[in-house]
Order: sequence, then C-alpha cells, then structure tokens
Amino acid sequence: MGVGQLFEFCFRFLKNVFLPPYEFHEIKKHMDELGVKTLPIVSVTGFIIGVVLAMQSEPILARFGAESVLPAMVSLSVVRELGPVITALIFAGRVSSGIGAELGSMRVTEQIDAMEVSAIDPFRYLVVTRVVACSFILPVLTLYVVFLAIFGGYLAMILSQGMSLQLYVVSVVEAIRFGDIIPGIGKTFFFGFIVGIVGAFKGYNADKGTEGVGKASTTSVVLSSLLILVTDTVLVKITLWIWP
Amino acid sequence: MAIEMVKISHISKAFDDFVVLDDVSLSVNHGENLVVFGKSGTGKSVLLKCMVKLLVPDAGEVFIEGKNVHTISNAELTELRKNIGFLFQSAALYDSMSVSENLAFPLIRNFFFTKQEVEAKVKRALEMVSLEHAVDKMPSELSGGMRKRIGLARSIITEPKLMLYDEPTTGLDPITTKEISRLIRDLQNELKMTSIIITHDLACAQIISDRAVVLEKGKLKYEGSLKELTASSDPFLHDFFTSDIIED
Ligand SMILES: Nc1ncnc2c1ncn2[C@@H]1O[C@H](COP(=O)(O)OP(=O)(O)OP(=O)(O)O)[C@@H](O)[C@H]1O
Ligand SMILES: [Mg+2]
Repeated sequence: MGVGQLFEFCFRFLKNVFLPPYEFHEIKKHMDELGVKTLPIVSVTGFIIGVVLAMQSEPILARFGAESVLPAMVSLSVVRELGPVITALIFAGRVSSGIGAELGSMRVTEQIDAMEVSAIDPFRYLVVTRVVACSFILPVLTLYVVFLAIFGGYLAMILSQGMSLQLYVVSVVEAIRFGDIIPGIGKTFFFGFIVGIVGAFKGYNADKGTEGVGKASTTSVVLSSLLILVTDTVLVKITLWIWP
Repeated sequence: MAIEMVKISHISKAFDDFVVLDDVSLSVNHGENLVVFGKSGTGKSVLLKCMVKLLVPDAGEVFIEGKNVHTISNAELTELRKNIGFLFQSAALYDSMSVSENLAFPLIRNFFFTKQEVEAKVKRALEMVSLEHAVDKMPSELSGGMRKRIGLARSIITEPKLMLYDEPTTGLDPITTKEISRLIRDLQNELKMTSIIITHDLACAQIISDRAVVLEKGKLKYEGSLKELTASSDPFLHDFFTSDIIED
C-alpha cells in the first residue's frame, strides 16, 4: 500500500465528509469512546511533562540569571510544542492502532463486505465518523494536557522556590499570546486527522488473515507518528511566517 | 420475453495467476431456487461475491433484473443492493453490536420504519430462526450455528427479492438444517423470493432446490434437477454425491 493509495483515501474522505447525511450520533459515540480511552494516560503525561520541564529548566535558567522567566518558559514550551506533539504521539499510539485493529478485523471477518452488500456505505459509516471524531477530540485533549502541564510546572516550582499561585498565574497569562495558543492547539486538529485517517486506511485495507489485523495495527502507529512529526515541522514553519 | 432475475454471462476471475472462475455463464429465473454445488475451494463464494460487486470479475458481465451490476452508477447499485440479501459463509455479524442491533441495522439505515415496526420485525425474524432468546446477546457469546442463523435472520429481515446464501446450513445439526431449509423454501413460496444457495448438504438441497449446478475447476460442468445430477453415471458426479445416496 503506497503513498498514492493513502492520498486517494484522504481524497475519498474529503469527498464524503461534507455530504449529508451527517452521522452526528456515531461521531459523538466515537468521541466519547476516544476520550474515555485516552484520558488517564494523557492526564499522567501532561502533569509529568510540566513537572519535569520546570525541574529541568530551573538550573538552566539560573545559569543565565533568568529564573524569573521560568513560568513563561514552561507555559510557552508546553503550549507551542510539547503539549501538542506529545499528546498527539500518545494519541497515535493508543488510537491509531485501535482503529487499525478494529477496522482490520472487520475487513478480515467480512463485516465491511456485509455492510456494503446491505447498501450501507461502510466508508461513510466507519471511516468518516472515526476520522472526524479524532480530528475534533485531539485539540480538546491537548488543551487539557496544556493546563495540567502548566499546573505541574507550578507544583515543581513551589517545591523549590515557594512561588505563590497568584504570581505564577499572572506570569503565565502575561507570557502567552493568541499567536501561541491558536497555532499550538490548532495544529492538533491536523494531527488528529492523521491519526484517524492512517488507522482507518491501514485497517480498511488490511490483508486477509489474522496477521493482517496485527500488521494494520502496528504499521498505523509507526506511520501516523512519523506523519505527525513531519506535519509539525511544516506547520511550525508556516506558523512562524504568520506570527513571527 | 421475461428478464431473468440473475444473468451471469461469461465471467472469469483470477487472483494473480490463479484462475478461480473460467468463463462461467448462468441464469436464474424469478422465483427460482438454484443450488450451487462444488468442491471446497472451487470458487463458489467468489462467484456469489461477483454477483453483488464485492469482487469485480476480470471479464464478463452480471445482470440483476436486467441491470449490469458492474457498470451501473453507485446510486443505482445501492438501490439494487437494498433488494438483495446476502448470507456470508462466515455469517459476518457486526461484533460491536448486539443481536437485535445487528438485525435492526439494515432496517433503520435503508428503510423508514417506526421503532415499533423495527422491533416487531426483529422479533419475527428471530422467531423464524428459533433464536428469540438470543436477542440481547453479543455475537461473541453465540455458537457457530447460532451465528449462522442470526446472519440468516439479518439477511432476510428486509425481505429482499433476491437472496444469496453461502452455505446456510453448514455447521448446523440435522434437525436445524431441515428447519432452515424449509424456512428458505417457505420464503420462496410466500415472498416469491429468488434464491441462489451454495451448499454441500444434500438434505438441504433436496428440500429447496428447483435446479442445481455443479462448479468444478472454475467451470460450470453440470446442470439439471437434483434427481438428474444424483442419478447421473458421470464418474465425478457419482463420486460427489455417492456417500449421501447410499441410504436410499
Ligand atoms: N480475496 C481473495 N484473494 C485471493 N484469493 C482468493 C480470494 N478469495 C478467494 N480466493 C481463492 O479463490 C479460490 C476459491 O475460493 P472460494 O472461497 O470461492 O471457494 P469455495 O468454493 O467457496 O470453497 P468453500 O466450499 O471451502 O467455501 C480459493 O482457492 C481461494 O484461495
Ligand atoms: Mg465458500
């Protein structure tokens, strides 16, 4: 399965996603499931990113006599880059493989064929709904991770410096601009799309046999993680061009 | 001249170099029950899938009610498929849905029934296959034979004009086999359904077949009534049907 087929698959998605009937019910169901599935791991990660980042940055900033910018440093790193990318990578590991395996086993056990012969478009019902759900849920999760990470950073700082919450919040709020939040959180919409479309692509086109399911599941994690990083590079470049 | 329900003309299908169907032609009249026999791996399931465009043949055409399945638009194909029921050899139940959701799925998606009507139809379809008690089970909780019967119930629930059965009785005990075979025959009588049934099961074929064909090495070699085929002195047919006719 080459790049050409993946593009064709994306194109087919775009052709279908704006056409009614919209499967709001299915989309909502998938979003609920995705949220429940990823919330625990994402929470732990978000919190730890903040704590570790603050602990690591403190001595570095102290070397330059710049400890006072620590809150700004932590929150900006987390909003612009670490929060979005790490959340997306975790999401890819958890969700892309899940979609790959789920659709793969539906392909292998002829459930997708069964849908097709009963005049129900499996692409719309299974693929479009999942990809849309992934695209919209990831920004929400990322925002949540960013909040947790900033809070984690605060906890690390109290332990070492005893900074007041008020001062911390004020420094954070002063540091962050719209030009940080919009592109930072906005790009995860594309990351969510990548996770959904790659998992669905691999699963939907899975080879017959049980090893086909396993392959769909693992290769979708690898491919979607890679694509997230590549897309991130491109989007960062574009962002810096819009918000210098 | 009336149009045949199904007309297959000269279809061939190969996977890579491996030829599965080789110039197969066949037609089935309205209201007829055609049984397809053939050794395992000769392409019976492939033939059935070519009829509904789950597989695309390399050559040849398939007409259902005069419409060329492989050239009509997607919208027309969708309309056509609403009138076709397909029982998969593997039953292909949606394993994320309960039994009742499986049955209701095609009804809710393709037709405009009220909730009560859907419930009534689900109940009736389950009664037909004697599995009323399984209504809230998940597919993973069912035995192989039960899955098959639920698959059958799901494919007949929309009362299609054309039913394609891929081994409807395989894996069922002799009594259930007869019940299911009679059910298929009754559907033909009551709903004027046309059916193509792949089976290895003579008992089943005896109950339902109007006509039978035998697929052998990718070709349709024999055609006739079940009586003619089983009584034939042709060595292959003799071999194929022997073990079951001994008891006559
Ligand atoms: N998608 C596919 N890709 C490659 N080969 C296939 C595919 N589907 C079927 N085949 C091959 O085509 C041949 C015929 O398969 P088919 O499933 O039609 O057999 P069958 O007559 O239904 O057998 P059985 O009675 O065991 O169900 C088999 O040898 C199988 O390996
Ligand atoms: Mg078969």
